[in-house]
Amino acid sequence: MREAIEGSAAIAQAVAFCRPQVIAAYPITPQTHIVENLAKFIAEGRLSAELVSVESEFSAASAVLGAAVSGSRAYTASSAQGILLMTEVLYNIAGLRIPLVLTCANRAVGAPVSAWNDQQDSMAVRDAGWIQLYCADNQEAVDTTIQAFRIAERTELPVMVCVDGYALTHTLEPIELPTQELVDSFLPPYHFARSLDPRNPISIGNLVTPEYYTEARYVHHRALERAADEIVAADRAWAEICGRECGGLLAFEGPNDARVGILTLGSVFGTLADAREEYPGIPRVKLIKLRAMRPFPIVAIQRACHGLDDLIVLERALSPGAGGIVGAEVRAALSEIPTPPRVHNFAVGLGGRDMPLSILPRLLETIRTSGPTRFNFFDLELNKVAEEDR
Amino acid sequence: MPRASAKTDSLAELQRRQPAFRGLDTGHLACQGCGQALGARLVTEAIGPDVLIANATGCLEVFTTAWPRTAWRVPWFHSLFENAAAVASGMEAALKRQGRPTKVVAMGGDGGTFDIGLQSLSGMLERNHNVLYVCFDNEGYMNTGAQRSSSTPHAAMTTTSPIGKERMGKRHLKKDILSIIAAHHIPYAATATVAYPSDLRQKVRRGLEIEGAAFVLVHSPCPLGWGHDGALSIEVARLAVQTGVLPLIEMERGEVIAAMQLRTVRPVSDYLKLQGRFRHLFQNDPHALEELEHLQALANHNIEVYGLRAESPTASDSEGADTVRRGGLRYA
Repeated sequence: MREAIEGSAAIAQAVAFCRPQVIAAYPITPQTHIVENLAKFIAEGRLSAELVSVESEFSAASAVLGAAVSGSRAYTASSAQGILLMTEVLYNIAGLRIPLVLTCANRAVGAPVSAWNDQQDSMAVRDAGWIQLYCADNQEAVDTTIQAFRIAERTELPVMVCVDGYALTHTLEPIELPTQELVDSFLPPYHFARSLDPRNPISIGNLVTPEYYTEARYVHHRALERAADEIVAADRAWAEICGRECGGLLAFEGPNDARVGILTLGSVFGTLADAREEYPGIPRVKLIKLRAMRPFPIVAIQRACHGLDDLIVLERALSPGAGGIVGAEVRAALSEIPTPPRVHNFAVGLGGRDMPLSILPRLLETIRTSGPTRFNFFDLELNKVAEEDR
Repeated sequence: MPRASAKTDSLAELQRRQPAFRGLDTGHLACQGCGQALGARLVTEAIGPDVLIANATGCLEVFTTAWPRTAWRVPWFHSLFENAAAVASGMEAALKRQGRPTKVVAMGGDGGTFDIGLQSLSGMLERNHNVLYVCFDNEGYMNTGAQRSSSTPHAAMTTTSPIGKERMGKRHLKKDILSIIAAHHIPYAATATVAYPSDLRQKVRRGLEIEGAAFVLVHSPCPLGWGHDGALSIEVARLAVQTGVLPLIEMERGEVIAAMQLRTVRPVSDYLKLQGRFRHLFQNDPHALEELEHLQALANHNIEVYGLRAESPTASDSEGADTVRRGGLRYA
């Protein structure tokens, strides 16, 4: 049934359909509505789960870890400073190969403190060993959340579902919500082979000496690479039963003969798609939606960029002193093909800076007139910056 | 081990071979005379097999689980240094939802309990999870080479509270963790020591029987960090009790309900002089003397506050400190 519903409420409903047994979270804007909705479902008896209202994000991640290793499906959500506070636990969860789902309601990381949206938080933990999936709209957020539990449990890897704060979490959109029966048919009950059980006592979290550490890291890396197949398979299986798919690892749309491509993560994809219709006179553009940041789909990116002269990589985060994060990785992936496109890398929409439709013609004009841009801030207003800092 | 036979073996032999449950078995890598290894063995014996353990980072984790081996015969989980109580909270929530009666026990050292893990411990206690938290208190960061913690006693020498012309060891007091625990008004809390195993086991069982959060501190000598012979661990631990340095108490909802009575109180110097970490206090120096008096005053304070001094010796006394008074004379 299609209904107009706020992104956070829709995500909470999707989580509830997945029947988590333990939910632990600490409030942080813009994640709050998701957890508030789940608390309400529990209070109303619509969801049978334990809600552990912890005293920090660090404990939120730790509590869901304890629950998952004890044999319960578990869920948490956070943003920005909360994601960074849990960083040590995020690495731990992934290294221990514990299946968990976390929604990251993407928000800028302070200082300067900002309550608004960019993707610095999830980008900061991209190397924690989690699967990271970015959602372009709230329908994808719902569908990806449901798929995430299946992917996590089949790969024994945690999955971070990244949704842009406000732009998605606080926005009302018409969304097709699945039924409980449909989700039940897609997602079998939680079974974790290594869950703690007194009848079969095992130790998890042992000290690993140099003799075994490299191998443990190799196995984790390979598991993430192999997870690519499971991400695609989950998306296909979901499409088979409800008719919607999210693009697997990466999706693109636009004319096949386009010479310019724009690669994005998250909700800016929709802005660019709308802009293409708003400005019919602009050059033909191929829009590439990177859904999986981890595992990083190198081959899929190479294929998507085949035949392009120019590729613009837009990102909502940066590595200060180095430049773009996604841009650097995409450039490395494309360096392997014979005639790679010129890559232009821009940071946009940092800390909630608005991204109007006009961004599309301005981007195209910039690359036409300025030549390749290794990295730059696209919507920078230098008049606000002190003379000596320009 | 050969099977015992009731027909051929003496009673003593049968008793010796009586199968005792051990949650923590031999083969671990602890130092000789390690109080924590003994403490963990006693605690797990008291718990029995139906348990999930959440262990904070520290000596216990390191010396029991070097991959691919483990000394644990119960389900054991280690995540990080500061989150054992939060992990245990999640475990308990999971078991509750699954309807399983299995107990959850969190374990940490004083670093993981008094310091870096205090927040998650406080959260677990405040939410009153049905978890027993056991702190093995060896009064310092012994796993990293004996640095001071907030549990290190005043004037003790550690690698980060060294002695010198300007310093007499740790400048600050040992953190009063019991008052912090008491302020949470949890159903049960107690202090115990490896020197009194039956008292320790009893307190662990009590903590498990009670519905809700429980906390047991186990005073655990560290020969390496405290600077005493490994063979003297029990004696050192016992002296901590007999001098009033470590009050053995039980609390319900934050109120002290029982305290182990001292018939003969020994001077604190008897406890201190066995340990290298207090060696500097036994030199001809006015500051050293002052610190000794300070430490004696702290023990006197414990004796006063917790009412440790027994009124009079009784015929049933052994050496005076082995009896527990709970709610008056009922258990004396």
